[in-house]
Amino acid sequence: MSALFIALTILLTVAMIGAALVAVLGKSMPIAILSAGLVSLLASVLFLLLAAPDVAMTEAAIGSGLTTFLFFFILGRVRGGEHD
Amino acid sequence: MVDILIYIAAAVTGIAFLFALYRFLKGPTAADRVVAFDTMTLVTVVFIVIIALAEGRGIYLDVAVIYALLSFLGVIAVARYLERGL
Amino acid sequence: MTIGGIIGGILMLSGAAFLFLAGLGLVRMPDLFNRLQAGTKATTLGTLLTLAGAACLRPDWAVKLLLIGLFILFTNPISSQVLARAAHRTGTPQAAGTVDRLAEDREKRP
Repeated sequence: MSALFIALTILLTVAMIGAALVAVLGKSMPIAILSAGLVSLLASVLFLLLAAPDVAMTEAAIGSGLTTFLFFFILGRVRGGEHD
Repeated sequence: MVDILIYIAAAVTGIAFLFALYRFLKGPTAADRVVAFDTMTLVTVVFIVIIALAEGRGIYLDVAVIYALLSFLGVIAVARYLERGL
Repeated sequence: MTIGGIIGGILMLSGAAFLFLAGLGLVRMPDLFNRLQAGTKATTLGTLLTLAGAACLRPDWAVKLLLIGLFILFTNPISSQVLARAAHRTGTPQAAGTVDRLAEDREKRP
């Protein structure tokens, strides 16, 4: 781990904590889903920094892509057009 | 020498990431946060390329390919939801 | 230090500078549409320049980097346009002094 990677890890971890706090404490549902997608995005880069590219690939495809899309699809169906 | 250039590029990109994170945490409307999310996805692609260059492993670029394909899907889902369609 | 290393380093630094400017615009711009302008156009150019610089530094990765660049070049304008359309249709507040020809056309021909 060079100094670059350590600084990058700290930056990504702080950003992950901030996004997770927004996801938990926020009032609005779409913003919470988007924050969960952001947590997943940053976790994928952290997996890459820990030298696990296959796990990072799975996290990118499932966590950041499919889950966000699926949550918004279901939210659009459930609420039926009303949003905040 | 090239390592120093890569380090400077990573540091400047990290500052751009911090700006986008500020807009994500503050953003008045939901669409602002979506713009910040899109920016952060592209900055993450640049981070992955820089990590691959620093480690010298080409397999890391596959993750960047997946992000370049999938950032689009998430933003379109959010935009269609905000437009009350989908 | 080879000539490819110099060109690649300069391209990567300019790409990082464009990303920095995109982040600055994201913070400083007054309303959503200006932020969208800064956050998608400048980011696309910065990412493409960084990918070109990485391709100069490691020529054996050029095919994969070209693939990433093509995907970003195709998908990022689409997502930006869809987002701008959604924001305009839901009536996002605009900065003072904005000239909105699209809304004027809509009012003229409903």
